[in-house]
Amino acid sequence: MTVEFSLWALLQSLADGAKWTVALSALAFLFGGATGLLILFARMSRSRLLRQATRVYIEVFQGTPLLMQLFLIFFGLSLAGLEVSPWLAAAVGLTLFSSAYLAEIWRGCVEAVPRGQWEASSSLAMSYLEQMRHVILPQALRLAIAPTVGFSVQVIKGTAVASIIGFIELTKTGSMLANATFQPFLIYGLVAASYFLLCYPLSLYAQYLERKLHVSR
Amino acid sequence: MSIEVRNIRKQFGSFTALDDVSLDFPTGELVALLGPSGCGKTTLLRIIAGLESADSGSVLLEGEDASHTHVRERQVGFVFQHYALFRHMSVFDNVAFGLRVKPRKERPSEAVIRKKVHELLELVQLDWLADRFPAQLSGGQRQRIALARALAVEPRVLLLDEPFGALDAKVRKELRRWLRRLHDELHITSIFVTHDQEEALEVADRVVLMDHGHVEQIGTPEEVYRHPATPFVYGFLGAVNHFHGRAEDGQVRVGEDLLHRGQDALALTLDQGAPVVAFARPHELDILPGEAGNLGVAAKISRILAFGVTARIELDGVNGSSGQHFEVELTREQVERQGLAEGQPVRLVPSRLKVFEQKGA
Repeated sequence: MTVEFSLWALLQSLADGAKWTVALSALAFLFGGATGLLILFARMSRSRLLRQATRVYIEVFQGTPLLMQLFLIFFGLSLAGLEVSPWLAAAVGLTLFSSAYLAEIWRGCVEAVPRGQWEASSSLAMSYLEQMRHVILPQALRLAIAPTVGFSVQVIKGTAVASIIGFIELTKTGSMLANATFQPFLIYGLVAASYFLLCYPLSLYAQYLERKLHVSR
Repeated sequence: MSIEVRNIRKQFGSFTALDDVSLDFPTGELVALLGPSGCGKTTLLRIIAGLESADSGSVLLEGEDASHTHVRERQVGFVFQHYALFRHMSVFDNVAFGLRVKPRKERPSEAVIRKKVHELLELVQLDWLADRFPAQLSGGQRQRIALARALAVEPRVLLLDEPFGALDAKVRKELRRWLRRLHDELHITSIFVTHDQEEALEVADRVVLMDHGHVEQIGTPEEVYRHPATPFVYGFLGAVNHFHGRAEDGQVRVGEDLLHRGQDALALTLDQGAPVVAFARPHELDILPGEAGNLGVAAKISRILAFGVTARIELDGVNGSSGQHFEVELTREQVERQGLAEGQPVRLVPSRLKVFEQKGA
């Protein structure tokens, strides 16, 4: 027996799922950004150990599929006796994933600030932290805005993976609906369209920022 | 404040940038480090600033060893070739910045900072640009702001790395004069690096000529120009003619011709037949018409360029000096009086000559 769904009801369920997609993305992006900043500092610190450790961290998260990272967190932690909800596992996984990428993107931006800016500020008797705060980061920030917004699109699409560990967001909602309605083409079409609606404005915004910041440089 | 460097060595991989350099920079002087690119002048300046560290040797500021002092503590003002202004700050903030980040105890009040920044901007004659951003300024204006920024923290010495290198010729000339005037006002010990001999001679109290990581000569602009100590200095400062020949009876023979000695007796103490290079500037050569006579080196006029008051005559060597090219500067009247023409065979006689033994020949 099949259940009949009105298109309106379908859209409502998807919108419900999309809410969680947005929530998970926002969370991953915010915490990922904060963690990424710490990693950035460690990555550029004068301590060799810290630099090496963060390099390994970044390589691991960039070099393995996000899905495996989520599996390891979700199943690994329960093996260790910790009960992890799919929501928590997805949030932690995506946060770590984002932090690794953002740290690397931002490192590129910091290094793009010419060496003369470091030298000029140190000849004005500034300490490392002062240099970072007043001279380097403000300039790196301008460079970083466009690629960072661009990366947020990757995070939104990345949340789809969380459906596999049972977190009910847009993709998971879609697959449940597809099973119930036997209309996978329609449903996944709508799911894809929803992702597009979430991501496209961000892509446009990133392009706009890129143009604007480039011109004023 | 005086600066001394002692036995500085610096190696980049297998390239020796500085090879045992020792120099004194007395208080209040404006000294130029002059040399071709790769001669080590910028490296030396950066070592004095503390932006680079020497492999061995020491830097003394006011007699105190500062070799292991960080650039932050050396109290040097550094001006970069490419300005290195803070692009995200206005001109005013750029200049004020060094004062604003001082530790709270030493930091002047905001009112004092404002006054000081405006004074500095007036000094560099750019007070009207205070609210602009570096991107909105011309190269010359940026460099003057960079100088104001460096001066704001009242450095004990001012170091300038090719300060006018990135500017066009006209602006460069203006800023040169302006830097000299500024130095006359402030009397802060200053070192500037340049590869432009005209700039060094025109601006500096003293010139240090460098080549291949060595100091070739130190002296006032007059001294180094009039009495170059080495063939390198002779060739580097201004246009010059070389005569390749050999020493003979205390004189110089080029091929079969005897290079005449002018008022300056050569008094050569070289071995008979030793290979030598003789240098004469274009205005230190006279042209005698005709092939005859045993005076001077035979040459043929290839071109006469007479635009202004002075005429430049280009010549090709013949006989013993064939394959060599010479350049002579005369007044236009002299050219007309002597009736010099292109293609004419003549003889070159130096009125002043400097002879060096040729090494490795």
